[in-house]
Amino acid sequence: MRLEILKTYKIYIGGQFPRTESGRYYSPVNKAGKKLANVCLCSRKDFRDAVVSARGAFGGWSNRAAFNRSQILYRMAEMLEGRKAQFIDELIQQDASKANAEKEVNLATDRLIYYAGWCDKFQQLFSAVNPVASAHFNFSVPEPTGVVSIIAPQGDSLLGLVSVIAPVIAGGNTCVVLASETKPLCAVTFAEVLNSSDLPGGVVNILTGKPAELVSWFTDHMDVNATLYCENNSDIQKMIREKSASNLKRVHFYDKVNWYSAEGQSPYFIMDTQEIKTTWHPVENIAGAGGGY
Amino acid sequence: MATTKKPVRKKNSTAKSNTIKLKFDTSWPYAPAPESKSAATIHKQYDLFINGEWQKPLSKKYFDTINPANEEKLSEVAEANEADVNRAVTAARTAYEQVWKKMPPKERAKYIFRIARMVQEKARELAIVETLNGGKPIRESRDFDVPTAANHFFYYAGWADKLEYAFPNRGTAPLGVAGQIIPWNFPLLMAAWKIAPALATGNTVVLKPAETTPLTALKLAEIIQEADLPPGVVNILTGAGATGAAIVNHPDINKIAFTGSTEVGKIIQRAIAGTNKRVTLELGGKAANIIFEDAPLDQAVEGVINGIFFNQGHVCCAGSRLYVQESVAKEVIRKLKDRMESLIVGDPLDKNTDIGAINSKQQLATIRKYISIGKKEGAEMYESSCPLPGKGFFCRPTLFTNVAQSNRIAKEEIFGPVLAIITFRTDDEVIEKANNSPYGLSAGVWTDKGSKIFNMTKRMRAGVVWANTFNKFDPASPFGGYKESGFGREGGLHGLLPYLELKG
Repeated sequence: MRLEILKTYKIYIGGQFPRTESGRYYSPVNKAGKKLANVCLCSRKDFRDAVVSARGAFGGWSNRAAFNRSQILYRMAEMLEGRKAQFIDELIQQDASKANAEKEVNLATDRLIYYAGWCDKFQQLFSAVNPVASAHFNFSVPEPTGVVSIIAPQGDSLLGLVSVIAPVIAGGNTCVVLASETKPLCAVTFAEVLNSSDLPGGVVNILTGKPAELVSWFTDHMDVNATLYCENNSDIQKMIREKSASNLKRVHFYDKVNWYSAEGQSPYFIMDTQEIKTTWHPVENIAGAGGGY
Repeated sequence: MATTKKPVRKKNSTAKSNTIKLKFDTSWPYAPAPESKSAATIHKQYDLFINGEWQKPLSKKYFDTINPANEEKLSEVAEANEADVNRAVTAARTAYEQVWKKMPPKERAKYIFRIARMVQEKARELAIVETLNGGKPIRESRDFDVPTAANHFFYYAGWADKLEYAFPNRGTAPLGVAGQIIPWNFPLLMAAWKIAPALATGNTVVLKPAETTPLTALKLAEIIQEADLPPGVVNILTGAGATGAAIVNHPDINKIAFTGSTEVGKIIQRAIAGTNKRVTLELGGKAANIIFEDAPLDQAVEGVINGIFFNQGHVCCAGSRLYVQESVAKEVIRKLKDRMESLIVGDPLDKNTDIGAINSKQQLATIRKYISIGKKEGAEMYESSCPLPGKGFFCRPTLFTNVAQSNRIAKEEIFGPVLAIITFRTDDEVIEKANNSPYGLSAGVWTDKGSKIFNMTKRMRAGVVWANTFNKFDPASPFGGYKESGFGREGGLHGLLPYLELKG
């Protein structure tokens, strides 16, 4: 008989797998009452460390060629596909049926492929050359907002997680994500996928813990530019709006999205964490230029 | 044979010619060229524009509105209270449900086109009233504010029946009743920026102009009435902060669009928490305007002057932080001082005036406060030597040199004709300094090198970036900020989204 090796589920900050600085843990259980693991119970300090990492990674990631980001997202899908069995196993531990677990992993992989393709295309759809009345060349393009804090869907612990991370990083943002509280296993394993996909450290940081404790830090940190929240809890939604005013974060609630349906993916999710920049430059008015050839 | 005499070549002749001081005291003075007030009608008293008619305020209160250039009363306007706001919102809701939402988009378009045309027809009158009430030079209200306002209506009118082309793979629906609150720096233009896209997308409007500059919005109400816009589609309520708060907090409003200070923007963001109201905020700024040594300096100086002194510096996107590359700093500062000396400060109605009156006594006090803070913090102040009129609120064009990045005059929005100058050596250094601000509304860069322009415009975190130009606006050009300068865009295709819900 061989003793099974249990996995230590750690968090993911700056491309590394530390434990929570707080030294705390919690032990989520599934419906059958089986303990899933001793999972890091992250603190405010962990979040702040993660924001520092995300901010540090923003310049490099947002300056990558969109084509390069596209290849990295595709690589993430390859790595996820390769670890399919592990994800299915973890989803089953977290109460999914085998058929549903398989479906969720397949969809999550396909979603990465979907957003991999968008990386170098959405800009063309949402940009404009603006026909101003004066002698100026004027154009508007989307640019990433910056650091995005995300409280991932509690229910669809893999598909939901991938669906909120992918559009944010496809657009060149970096993020700090809080995994599902009760189903955190796939999120940590997904961090291992990220770690082996040429995704620079700090672009995606994944924490585990309790939204009730962490959500306020996720929304009032002064170096976070946007917050995404996926649950239908009106009290928390209200709190997020109030706290986000501290530095006017862009706030989006995805509580009505069915991540399994076609509406669970679109370039408009990418645009939620984009800013529109408009650039003007004079066009020289050379004498006689109006005469044509 | 004097003609054969060779000119003596002096040493340092180029250096000397560069230091020639322009003499303005010997130039011909400009004769006064005042615009006549007779082309404008201002009533003694204005009521609230609700449901297509002028209604007495339930508050029974009126307040004076003055000319900041001479502190004389121009008129008195109603102060809308909560009950008045409620009446206006009810009218807007009824108009939305019963008329505007159901109207074929091409008919909606025609109403907006009609408004644009009437603004053009009454352009001279509107320009005079704008200048009288706000203090801005008549040249600016005549050549910029009013035509741009008319163009904005004209531009968005054409969108009304083409919305299905604007958002790939998505249908659109209006939001309902929009509550709009606008500032005092571009009163008519801001009203146009708010009303035109809201109407084109099928929403109805309750708009509040700023407390100090209500008159052109009320003239616009007269135009809207004359254009036969269905009653209640646009309602215009005058008042102060309490009126604005009543609009923000009204439960039957679906969308808030606010232009103003970051401070109030944050209050609004908090106030709508827990509601389904959508919001767009166009807030403060502290734009960096960067001059590199290879820039055409005379053009750059002209651009900097326009960037900070346009509209007395009452511009959220004003280029109020000037970053000059060290090698040309001395020359740029000298040229700036010379150019400032030639600016004419005075009667806003005079067509020669470059800088008119500060919008209000309160704003003048704020500007003076910052000037004294700047001096106390150790920066060196320079102001033009121009005379100021005896009455009214005026401020000389002012600049500070030896400014530190941490000085308050380099960090906080002054909203007046005060420029803070900081020097730099390298590209990376200036990007670091320029982006080191909670604001991100606009930015400027001056250089002759194309690749450097795109390097800079890409790295500056701001919603509008002007390269080798500044303070340019157009209805087709999206405008709005990054970071604490707000969110949402006004103008262009991107200006439609804040008033629409996208449907799968």
